[in-house]
Parts: sequence; C-alpha cells; structure tokens
Amino acid sequence: MAQDGLAGRLVHAYRRSEAARGLLLLSPTLAIMLTALAAPMVLLALYSFWTQDGYALNTQPTLAQYATSLGRPTYRALFYRSIEISAVVTFITVLLAYPMAYFVAFRVEKTKFVWLILLTIPFWTSYLLRVFAWKLILGYNGVINSGLMSLGLIRQPLEFLLYNPTAVVVTLAHAWAPFAILPIYVSLEKIDRSLLDAAADLGDGPVRRFLRVTLPLSLPGVIGAAVLIFVPTTGDYVTPTLVGGSGGVMIANVIEEQFDKVGNWPLGAALAMASMAAVGIVTFLFVAAMRAAAARIR
Amino acid sequence: MARKRGGFGLLAYAVLYLAFLYVPVLFLPLFSFNNSTFIAFPLSGFTTQWYGQMFADEAVQQALFNSLRVGAAAALAATALALPAAKALTRYRVPGGAAVLGLTNLSLFIPEIVLGISLLILLSALGIPLSLWTVTLGHIVVCAPFAITVLMSRMEGFDKNLEEASLDLGENGWMTFWRVTFPLALPGVISSLLLSFMVSFDDFLIAYFLVGNDATLPIYIWGQLRFPYKLPSVLALGAMILVTSAILVVVAEWVRSHGLKDRHTMVGA
Repeated sequence: MAQDGLAGRLVHAYRRSEAARGLLLLSPTLAIMLTALAAPMVLLALYSFWTQDGYALNTQPTLAQYATSLGRPTYRALFYRSIEISAVVTFITVLLAYPMAYFVAFRVEKTKFVWLILLTIPFWTSYLLRVFAWKLILGYNGVINSGLMSLGLIRQPLEFLLYNPTAVVVTLAHAWAPFAILPIYVSLEKIDRSLLDAAADLGDGPVRRFLRVTLPLSLPGVIGAAVLIFVPTTGDYVTPTLVGGSGGVMIANVIEEQFDKVGNWPLGAALAMASMAAVGIVTFLFVAAMRAAAARIR
Repeated sequence: MARKRGGFGLLAYAVLYLAFLYVPVLFLPLFSFNNSTFIAFPLSGFTTQWYGQMFADEAVQQALFNSLRVGAAAALAATALALPAAKALTRYRVPGGAAVLGLTNLSLFIPEIVLGISLLILLSALGIPLSLWTVTLGHIVVCAPFAITVLMSRMEGFDKNLEEASLDLGENGWMTFWRVTFPLALPGVISSLLLSFMVSFDDFLIAYFLVGNDATLPIYIWGQLRFPYKLPSVLALGAMILVTSAILVVVAEWVRSHGLKDRHTMVGA
C-alpha cells in the first residue's frame, strides 16, 4: 500500500503511535461521557447558583439556594435523616453480607459458580419490584399482618410495620445486599491462603487469626462495599416514597419535588449539590477512619 | 462443603441469607396466582386470570415494547462504545486513559436521581424534547461502566500476541479487529449486551426524569401502583419480569464464564 503526501504521513504516524491510536479508540466514549455526564453535572452546579423568577431563570450568581438548602430546618433534618438511614443500612448490609461472602470464599469449593450466580440474580432483577415487595409484606393488610392474623397470633394489624424509617432501612438493606457481597467476596478470595496457615502455625487460634489476618486483608472489600451502598442509598427515591411514609421521607423526595410539582430547579440543584457534598464528606471521613483502624490492627 | 470446623454454622447462615434475599421477592409470583384482589393471607384459590388481564392490556404491551427498544439501543450503544475503549485501555498505553475510565465509572458513584435531573437540565437548556431517545442517552451513561468492566476483563483474558501475529502476517488493523479481536472478545460482547440491557430494562429513576409521553415498563408499573384493583395484574407482570431477567442473568454469566474456560479451544479452532 503506497502512501505519499501529508495524508500518507499522518496515517503512518498514526499507525506508529500507540497513544494516538488509543485516544482515537477512546474518543467516542469520552465524547459521550463529556456530553451526557460531565456537561450535565457542570450545568447542575451552575443552576444551583441561579434563581427561579416565576417561569424565567435569573442567572445572577447567588448563594440564596444554598442558604435555603442548609438553613431551612426541614431540609437540614432531611439531610441528617438521609445520611443516618443510609449509614444504618450500610452497616447492617455489610455486617450481614460478610459471613455470606466468607462462606463462598473459604468454605465452598466446587460450587462457587452456582453460589455466585444465586447471589447475583437479585442484583439484576427489578429494583422497583424488590422495593414494592416490602410494601406488600409490611402493609396494614399485608403479608405479615394477614399471616399473623390468620394464624390467630394477633387480633389487630400491627401498624408500626410500614411507613417509617425502619421500613426504609429493612427494604434498602434487602435491595442492596448483593452490592455488599461481591466486593467483600473478591477481597476475601484474593487473600493468600499460606498467610492463614502461617498464622495457625505460629499459634494463632481461629478467632485471633481471623481478626489479625483475614479481617484486615479483607478491609478494602468492606470499604468498597460500604461506599457502593452508602453513596447511592442516600439519594434513593423509590424506597422512601413507597415504604417511608411521612416519617421516612428522604432528601431525594424534596429534590424530586423541586423538579416536578414546585418547579424550582435552582433550589433542587442546590439541594442535590449539597447532598452530594455531604455524602462525599461523610464517605471521605469513613474511608480515612477505616484505613486508620486497619493500620492499627496490623 | 462443611468439612472444616464451623462449616455447618456458616452453611446454615448462607441458606438463611439466601432465604432473606429470595423470599420477599417470591411473594410477587405467589400472589399473582391468588384468586383475590387483596394481597393478603389466607390464599383464596388458584387463578391465572391476572396473567390474562395483563397480556390483554395494550398499555402493558406498549410499555414493554418501549422498554425493549430502549434497552436494545442502550445496550448496543454502550457496548459499541466500550469495545474500542476496552481495547485501548488494555492494549495501548494511552495518556489520560485512567482519567477517561474514571469519568466513565463516575456514574456508579453519583446517585441516579442526580444523573436524572442533571441530564434533564442539559436537555431543557438545549431545547431537546423528552422522548425514549433521551431515556436511552441516560441509560448509555449508566450502562457504560458495566460494559467497559466486562469487556476489559475479557480482553485481559486472552493473549495479545494473537493480535500481533495477525498484524505481523500482514492483516491491517480493521481485519485484525474483525477476524481476531472481535471473535475472541465475543463472549464478553454478549455478556456486555445482556448486562447493559438489564440495567436499562430495570432502571426507573433516570427514565422517570427523562421520559416523554411514552412510558417504559418500570414507569408504567410505577403509575399502576396507585390503583389497588390493578395490583394483581402488576404482580403478574412483575413475576414475568423476575423470571425472564433471572434466566437472562444465568445465560449472561454462563456465556461469560464458559467463554473464559474455553479460550484455549476457541483459539485452536
């Protein structure tokens, strides 16, 4: 193939340069991500400094939306509640998932694949329906109440089951369970088994060995799982709407309101930015604390 | 399985854990066959009428069709973007490659509601009307990290010397891609398509902000949850979705792991 002139030299240079070829192959992804992810986030940040004047948008920069977001007691209470609910959910989900992941990593030998599939199926099946199932289970005339009544164990339906923060916690802990198992499993699977034998040979009992070898080495997976659950659950809308009631409203509900009924997009944008910042700070502190704790165990 | 000490306790825990994962969801199919509009015990009798009612509903068919279209388009687009990107990230040393990967994976760490409203703001600023296409765009963003992860792990799994051999033997870049890289990456491509499709098919919150007049299936279901008399046929629909997506997951995982195990025979073929 003979190539001459500028075009030929460019083609030649392109063929020789790994970086140019790599960038060309990456460019479609980069273009989509800049347009549909980065640009919208920048615009969201801009909106949070603007004001809604009736139907018009006032683009004079102001901190008024942040003052409202952080100053109004109802919003502040929702920030605290969202973070509290998500923190509890994260803690419960990781605590329950750890022994499960440990079981698959250390006890299962030939059927690992089957267990992993069983644990991932719920991850891919409808989130909406998994949350909705809990509304059916916890409802006034729901599965638990009607079940207990037809067994004759209670006379009146229990009203405390649905429409409260506990219902949100239970539902989220169930819906996000697979997100905890997989990262913890991966980090447990990576542990060099000879380290465990060494610990046993040097006289550590099973408990001591777990606390000094297995647990610290699996902490990256635990941290990953915690972040993967904590960050998205703080912004969950479906669960608080379906099972939260008025006591279980979370920050996503007021953000949604601003974009839907109320029509105050700048305030909604500021609420979203503030909640991401709050979640980011809490996550950073958590990861730092976990790393420090891991360093101390060793 | 339970040979080691403490094995039985852990096995019992694992079974209980699986029950916790599955039992709540299994109430949906259970009550979808119950002959009563009340979702409550005791069960009153077996019926398939809710399935009949669901299949006869034209709005369900339309929503299903919309979801299939969006899911297929998002899966194809995400995989088509991820395939060259995964090749670049696994085969070449690209300056800024890690940053592009980081940007793509960012969507995993931004709450879906924020992804939804920020795209809504952009689309409205550009004056683009909401439609199934805007939903598809949002879904491409959330599917991309899954597609890239699957394809990168697949491409790391086979020998890059095969591609170099093809180039040395005089095939050009395109032919090498189609005749060597693509067939070897095919199990990854299939599982990327299936997983992206499922992410899109399952998504409610992004579609909720970006959907126009045509509802996707989760949006349709959300709308029906307000009407108690519609619940049984929603349960029938939900049961169908659960069974179908469970089958798809098993197929996707099987294709992926089967492909990995068979890589030597595939190369020999």
